[in-house]
Amino acid sequence: MTTRDKSFFEHIWDFFCSLKLAIATLILLAITSIIGTVIQQNANPQEYIQEYGPTAYKIFVALDFLDMYHSWWFITLLIVFAVNLTCCSIKRLPRIVRIVAHPDKTPDEKFFRTLGRKGEVETSLSAEEAAGRAAEAVGRLFGRIERTDVDGRICLFTQKMAWSRFGVYVVHASILVIFAGALMGAFWGYKAFVNIPEGSSSDKVWPRNSNQPIELGFTVRCDRFDVEFYPNSRRPREFVSDLVVLDNGQEVLKKTIEVNDPLTYKGITFYQSSYGPMGNPLFHFKVRERATGETVEVKVRQGEPAELPGGAAFRVADFTEQFQNFGAAARIELLPGMTHEHKPGERHPSFVVLKNFPDFDAQRGGKYIFSLLDYKQRYYTGLQVAKDPGVWVVWLGCFMMVVGCFAAFFLSHRRIWVVVQATDKGSRVLYGGNAHRNQPAFEIWFENFSAQLEDAVKNG
Amino acid sequence: MLSVKLFNITTIAYFGAMVVFIAYLATRSRGVALVATIVSYIGFALNTAAIGFRWYESYQILGVDGRAPLTNLYESVVFFSWTIMLLYIVIDLKYKQRAVGAFVVPFAFLGMVWAQLYLNDAIDPLVPALQSNWLTYHVITCFLGYAAFAVACGVSIMYLIKAGKEEKNPEGSPVGGLLGVFPSIRVLDDINYKAIMIGFPLLSLGIITGAAWANYAWGTYWSWDPKETWSLIVWFIYAAFLHARFTRGWVGKKAAWLSVFGFAATIFCYLGVNLVLSGLHSYGGS
Ligand code: HEM
Repeated sequence: MTTRDKSFFEHIWDFFCSLKLAIATLILLAITSIIGTVIQQNANPQEYIQEYGPTAYKIFVALDFLDMYHSWWFITLLIVFAVNLTCCSIKRLPRIVRIVAHPDKTPDEKFFRTLGRKGEVETSLSAEEAAGRAAEAVGRLFGRIERTDVDGRICLFTQKMAWSRFGVYVVHASILVIFAGALMGAFWGYKAFVNIPEGSSSDKVWPRNSNQPIELGFTVRCDRFDVEFYPNSRRPREFVSDLVVLDNGQEVLKKTIEVNDPLTYKGITFYQSSYGPMGNPLFHFKVRERATGETVEVKVRQGEPAELPGGAAFRVADFTEQFQNFGAAARIELLPGMTHEHKPGERHPSFVVLKNFPDFDAQRGGKYIFSLLDYKQRYYTGLQVAKDPGVWVVWLGCFMMVVGCFAAFFLSHRRIWVVVQATDKGSRVLYGGNAHRNQPAFEIWFENFSAQLEDAVKNG
Repeated sequence: MLSVKLFNITTIAYFGAMVVFIAYLATRSRGVALVATIVSYIGFALNTAAIGFRWYESYQILGVDGRAPLTNLYESVVFFSWTIMLLYIVIDLKYKQRAVGAFVVPFAFLGMVWAQLYLNDAIDPLVPALQSNWLTYHVITCFLGYAAFAVACGVSIMYLIKAGKEEKNPEGSPVGGLLGVFPSIRVLDDINYKAIMIGFPLLSLGIITGAAWANYAWGTYWSWDPKETWSLIVWFIYAAFLHARFTRGWVGKKAAWLSVFGFAATIFCYLGVNLVLSGLHSYGGS
């Protein structure tokens, strides 16, 4: 009974340790991942029905294709992958630890037969003398040696970069670390957004997939938003927000954020992501009455009427920041004033004032001369808000992966053994070495090494 | 722009190198191989100079908004050609297998032709999302990785041609003719593996820098958008390749096929996603 139980368990264990499963999982992950790149994820049902028809839509829903990267089957695949990786590493790691921590420093002849690169010389030197010279040569060509004397044999051993054997395991562990970081983010983090008008503040943010706002526990205020355009272009160069964090009513942090430069407070990060206009812009005009030379400055919002000396009035009917490459322009409409008699059906005279050309309006010959000194469009700033306590774990995993890959691919654990034994005529020197990577380079190195070593221990 | 002229000459040099490499396969003359190699090195030097000039020109045109020329489809394609040649030269210096050039230089040539004939070479200022050093690190690592896979694909094609021919001559007599100058299939298999060993960590770094950038720009390091997903698919394929070598039977021909297949996925990740699928990335549509 017990033996059958054990063998069943062993079957499962072997299944999860196997490299075949790893390859199959990798290829399955690669193939299934394609689905989500072809079928748009998390769109509206209507869009799918329109594009694929109702039957296909039902099939997609049944198979979880519309949010496939979070579907039970894709997650299952990832779990199998992680379990596979864990089992496989647990199974193999002890052997590697043994190789690294307890190398065979006193190998016998049988061991030498298994080595790929080896040699043997007879010499008339005494064993002690030969071992001394061999040690000197190995020290010069490779590295410090350890000497062990057993059963009348002098055994020399040295190795380099034994720890590079762990490179593969660091890579594998890195994947588990990244998974752990992603899970931490999924359980304890959130993604949300908030729009804050200039001059206002918010202590809540709205997560993507729910209407329930999240309390920040502090307040964020936007003092200023600004968007800057490339010259003669509608392409934004950058947009920035002056943010202030208020905790318990105290200003604790101030930062001007821009795209690619966020603000973080208490693990919550605010990213500049979008913006939009808030209400109508406020204009600042200078108006001169031609006849009297009297000048007034007027501040008015778009659409609202403003009075002028002499009883007339005007409003800004239209505005654009870029008028045929002339820059900002406002279209002004003169209104029937208090004293001006309004005739029915009369069209209000309207004309354009350019901010960059303050004297332009004088040429119109009107009763009033307008120059646009400035305008202020109030904006709201659109902030992406993310809390992800797992992100550092993910970066740690990424770091491990890169370092591990480097060690696994480009570093080689190399070992050298020399065993000297006294004979009737002097001594016999057996030597050999191996590398766990990059055999061709080691082969070339070993040829040179073997020539020099034999030279050193030969008579005289 | 001077850079565009230089890119044109680069294209001609790559074409010349390609033709002479093919002539080498036919003539098996070492002199011809040397000429082909020299022409391809000259092409690479011109390609380098052209990229340098384009960088300089971006400062002339955009003033302080000048930038490394790695930000639109045209610039990425000419940079891709450059990285392919760089990796090719590394392999050439190490293995001195001249015939490999006939199968790798065409990739660089095709990239250049496409860029010069069909892509928009204007130097435009960058939208805010692209103004990040991460973009530079991301593009450089990704494309070096892709280039290594291109070299791997080239030698895999050679492997498949040569192994296919050798199977038809079971007497073990060495195949002559065009294939006479091919490296032995053992060397081809080795170069394939080595190139992927270079490409895999670079692709990993490319994905990581992309994730770091996304995290820095909008707070999510991974959002399963088609481009990200395809880069992961490519990564899975090459991870499978590396592991498949440990199980018997996945060296040689199967490995060569997997490498060709992996490069096809790489190209889809680079171009197909933008031209066929839609995504968040900047290279689309330009
Ligand atoms: C995408 C995920 C994976 C990555 C990035 C990865 C990475 C690596 C790398 C870089 C190597 C060294 C390859 C070489 O020497 O050519 C390696 C070896 C290996 N991997 Fe993975 N691996 C992954 C998944 C797995 C899984 C799921 C298993 C489970 C069985 C596994 C088992 C092994 C084994 C047994 C080796 C050979 C170790 C040795 O040399 O003793 N790997 N892996």
